[in-house]
Amino acid sequence: MSSATHAADHHDHDDHGPAKGIGRWLFTTNHKDIGTMYLLWSLLMFFVGGAMALVIRAELGMPGMQFVQPDFYNQMVTMHALIMIFGAVMPAFVGLANWMIPMMVGAPDMALPRMNNWSFWILPVAFGILLSTLFLGGAPAGGWTMYPPLVLQTGDAFPMLIFSVHLMGISSIMGAINIIVTIMNMRAPGMTLLKMPLFVWTWLITAYLLIAVMPVLAGAVTMLLTDQFFGTSFFQAAGGGDPVMFQHIFWFFGHPEVYIMILPAFGIVSEIIPTFARKPLFGYDSMVYATASIAFLSFIVWAHHMFTVGMPLTGQLFFMFSTMLIAVPTGVKVFNWTATMWKGAMTFETPMLFSLAFLFLFTIGGFSGLMLAIVPADFQYHDSYFVVAHFHYVLVPGAIFAIIAGAYYWLPKWTGHMYNEKLGKLHFWLTTIFVNLTFFPMHFVGLAGMQRRVPDYNVIYADFNLIATVGAFGFGLSQLLFVVVIWQAARGGKKATAEVWDNPHGLEWTVPSPAPYHTFDEPPTIGDLDDIGRLKGT
Amino acid sequence: MKRLTTLLLAGFSGAAYADWDVNMPQGVTEISKEVYDLHMIIFWVCVIIAIVVFGAMIFALINHRKSVGAVPDTSMVHSTKAEIVWTVIPVVILVAMAVPAAETLVKMEDTRNPDITIKATGYQWKWHYEYLDQDVSFYSNLDAASNAARQLDSGIDPETVPNYLLNVDKSVVVPVGAKVRVLLTSNDVLHAWWIPEFAVKKDAIPGFINEIWFRAEEVGTYRGVCAELCGRDHGFMPIVVEVRPAEEFATWVAANRADADDQPQLANAVN
Amino acid sequence: MAEAHNPDKYYVPHGSKWPVIGSVAFLFMMTGVSAWLNGSDIGQYVMFGGVAIMLYMLFGWFGTVIDESESGIYNNQVDKSFRTGMSWFIFSEVMFFAAFFGALFYARSFVLPWLDGQSNNFFTNLLLWSGFESSWPSNGPANVGGDYQVMGPLGLPLINTIILLSSSVTITIAHHAIAEGKRNIVLAFLGITVALGFIFVALQAEEYIHAYQEMNLTLETGIYGSTFFMLTGFHGLHVTLGAIILLVVWIRVLRGHFTPTGHFAFEAGAWYWHFVDVVWLGLYIFVYWL
Ligand code: HEA
Ligand code: HEA
Ligand code: CUA
Ligand SMILES: [Cu+2]
Repeated sequence: MSSATHAADHHDHDDHGPAKGIGRWLFTTNHKDIGTMYLLWSLLMFFVGGAMALVIRAELGMPGMQFVQPDFYNQMVTMHALIMIFGAVMPAFVGLANWMIPMMVGAPDMALPRMNNWSFWILPVAFGILLSTLFLGGAPAGGWTMYPPLVLQTGDAFPMLIFSVHLMGISSIMGAINIIVTIMNMRAPGMTLLKMPLFVWTWLITAYLLIAVMPVLAGAVTMLLTDQFFGTSFFQAAGGGDPVMFQHIFWFFGHPEVYIMILPAFGIVSEIIPTFARKPLFGYDSMVYATASIAFLSFIVWAHHMFTVGMPLTGQLFFMFSTMLIAVPTGVKVFNWTATMWKGAMTFETPMLFSLAFLFLFTIGGFSGLMLAIVPADFQYHDSYFVVAHFHYVLVPGAIFAIIAGAYYWLPKWTGHMYNEKLGKLHFWLTTIFVNLTFFPMHFVGLAGMQRRVPDYNVIYADFNLIATVGAFGFGLSQLLFVVVIWQAARGGKKATAEVWDNPHGLEWTVPSPAPYHTFDEPPTIGDLDDIGRLKGT
Repeated sequence: MKRLTTLLLAGFSGAAYADWDVNMPQGVTEISKEVYDLHMIIFWVCVIIAIVVFGAMIFALINHRKSVGAVPDTSMVHSTKAEIVWTVIPVVILVAMAVPAAETLVKMEDTRNPDITIKATGYQWKWHYEYLDQDVSFYSNLDAASNAARQLDSGIDPETVPNYLLNVDKSVVVPVGAKVRVLLTSNDVLHAWWIPEFAVKKDAIPGFINEIWFRAEEVGTYRGVCAELCGRDHGFMPIVVEVRPAEEFATWVAANRADADDQPQLANAVN
Repeated sequence: MAEAHNPDKYYVPHGSKWPVIGSVAFLFMMTGVSAWLNGSDIGQYVMFGGVAIMLYMLFGWFGTVIDESESGIYNNQVDKSFRTGMSWFIFSEVMFFAAFFGALFYARSFVLPWLDGQSNNFFTNLLLWSGFESSWPSNGPANVGGDYQVMGPLGLPLINTIILLSSSVTITIAHHAIAEGKRNIVLAFLGITVALGFIFVALQAEEYIHAYQEMNLTLETGIYGSTFFMLTGFHGLHVTLGAIILLVVWIRVLRGHFTPTGHFAFEAGAWYWHFVDVVWLGLYIFVYWL
């Protein structure tokens, strides 16, 4: 066709600013715009899912049913989890990847910019469909794990649940493909794999996990759909199927999924701690290998979520051992972070504070995870609040704290303004105190015998539940501070330098703040990373 | 940060010492006591590791901060020796943990030679029990008092309801000291049969039968719950097991038999 | 213009309406099919509306990409991005099929033996399914879907295997030809490949009709029917898709779009074709044969 029409839409990138109006966001192919949309979307979903958590906590504030019917309670639990996992945490990581990875590897943009836009714009559709079920006779109430046969009692929301999960899968797969291709193919000349920032490394491995397991989830829910509407017998014993088979397929996705929600967090923390310890990351290579081994192991531990389904003994033993093994590479990471702080010259700006809290609290969540791996003990822990405590420790002060830390760390690079440090620190302390107030007591009620997914409980659990509820509301309200900080930094404030922090490592700090709409149109050449990379000092 | 950590550790060890409100019950079976011990061992292992790791972090946080004039040792970026040490030590610890865990697990899975066998079937939302050799069978529902109190805005204070949500209209009765095997299945969706004091929890799966067993050494009443989400009233289908002296059990059976002259059906069939 | 064509620069498009249109298409498709499954007739129209939008989007999107590629603004790096992207997409497809193969293996080697009392399921058989004996194929202890005949490996399935295998030969020949710039040979053999693809789908449909009408082998035929139709069905869809891709490529060859060095679209189609081929071999062995 005539190249004339092209001239219109893509001549000279260099001085090509953002388009005007809503069109900029609908049609954009710019990794920074798309990253921003992902991050704002994730914040919105965090509040929606959090609001649901507050409904849960309100009902659990004291024994007896005060606010909602049991079925609505189950809807809240199910939606809360789906929204937090697929709507808040994963998009937040993809948003950070969009913003930072091209800048970290010195690429002009993501490798497949149009598909990048699509990955994002599928999300509002997926969650629009999912959330609409709340107003169409009831949301799914079978738990985020969607176990049959219960999930088949969902009613009209059922197909909408299935298809929204399909859409979330399509979105993450396209996003993951884009990230892998960008990392594999768009690195500036000279940036060998083992010179990549750790955030890039962890995302590379996460993207691999995503492409490997999201299709499996799609397959699992597709089987639910056909069992429900087309008479197949995948999960019915009468026809030679087995409800537990769904659990195997789901957790083959589900366990890697939980590492999908923590590996990028590891990456973020591995960027932040060296900066504020003023010392290169300790044991870079072993960090990379540890991440890879965690990813590998995550494929052979799935049935630790199913110790009570009555697997043959050998199966239980295998999954117990393989699960315990994961403590080793994770430990390596924790120790490397500690060694990075060791003999450093630390300062405690907000990103560092959140990273430190991550270090302590994630590790605690990891410990409870290890306890859960001990099968005989898990017979007591399973489906009790001890599990709820475990995964909120790894997800909230784990994943969420790392995301918040990353947001503070790169906010000046995004907005060009320093955020309000005082408010940031206040946000940190409130958040950290309240998060423990919320989730620590759950260990106790869990061990004492309170099961998950119930709207009401015996009076012996009352005190700790009240504490948790107070903590939850405190935690939630503290997050409004976060919004204020972001808002302020976006609107104005002290101008940020290109480096922002005390000579941090990484290409993203070589471009001005705010980062121009197009960065690295000409790839930088990385002979030796001394001035900008992690090799500094080695 | 430090204050927070010590507080957390205090919380954990608090969990260890306080009574069963904050920690796992020791229970009344040999197995449940073993499970409790495993739980405490792994817990203390974690506490000790935490003290070491967090200790190191806190030391660094205090001494290696810019404000106290620390200068970064930027040459400290790698140490194969350290890497090996902190890979090997955890492995050793974990192997040491795995062995006793495996031993207990093997015992828990050995359901052979029971004294009585009870088939428990989950329903939305109640349990049905069938004593396979005694010809006793009945449904077990949430007790009326709890059921009244748990309605939305019932106005009844749960404090006033004895064993709120942990009580049933008809409990399972078993003889003390006997090896009781429970065959679990379900009539509709997944349920799970959990008695903390016996350290047994297994899913009840439609179309399949799972086996668990316990040998209660103390007479008493032990309460548990359905531990697998099974829909609206998942929180309202508790389990109560009364452990009674053998002769009391016999009279209970006699009183509850459907038909006095019924032949034991499975006594022999069951291995 | 010079800017845009600068070959040592990675081409980054500026704005595209296609992705959002694709999302709108999804919105209509998914809500439509949901409503349909929930028993509302308008649902299907909404869904087909969505499909129409999706087709419009695909034409537009790929059209744009083809034009850009023709105008020569894609350098090798862009080409490499497409290749890496395509191969990871195929990997995701592999994992999708893995889920269904997994279900097949799990049901055969665990579930059915358990239902017949093996391993730790003595009572499962004794109390719930007494008399049931594990075997494959099986429609379960309750003989779900009624008596049925087994789809053997000979006849149509064998013919289909031969068809697909030869089709991957023909496409390889076409591949070599395109690298040597022998356009007519490409057109001939790629054409044969596409034809074989559609013949395969036709025979598959024939096989389904036979299964439903004469063998009482349906989706409802317990776990055997479920795995049989879900695996072969999804494979059939992929063959159809692959054939359509190759048809488009064929047309582009006709229009002389490709050079001996620059023919990514062809290769992508070829990779995809080999992928559906390999899946079929797995199917033939595990679904029809063993
Ligand atoms: C970010 C998410 C995340 C992460 C990182 C983890 C990490 C781990 N999880 Fe967790 N898990 C979840 C999210 C996560 N989990 C969720 C969401 C569920 C519930 C799902 C549901 O049912 O709804 C769950 C449930 C869950 C279960 C099932 C419980 C049950 O339902 O009965 C188990 C059982 O083994 C488990 C184990 C582990 C283990 C061993 C780790 C390990 O990776 C932890 C390793 C880390 C450490 C051990 C600490 C640091 C290490 C050291 C300091 C070295 C020295 C330590 C030792 C040698 C002990 N998890
Ligand atoms: C990343 C994932 C993630 C995150 C971030 C969270 C965050 C929180 N979760 Fe999460 N949760 C899960 C994942 C997550 N959860 C999963 C997977 C389950 C299992 C579900 C299942 O069993 O199927 C679960 C289940 C679960 C339960 C158990 C329910 C049950 O088993 O019955 C509880 C109970 O307290 C709970 C509480 C909370 C709280 C208080 C937060 C807090 O951290 C939330 C704090 C945030 C806010 C509160 C938002 C702030 C908003 C405002 C201040 C304004 C709000 C607006 C209005 C009030 C209008 N969650
Ligand atoms: Cu029955 Cu939960
Ligand atoms: Cu897991």
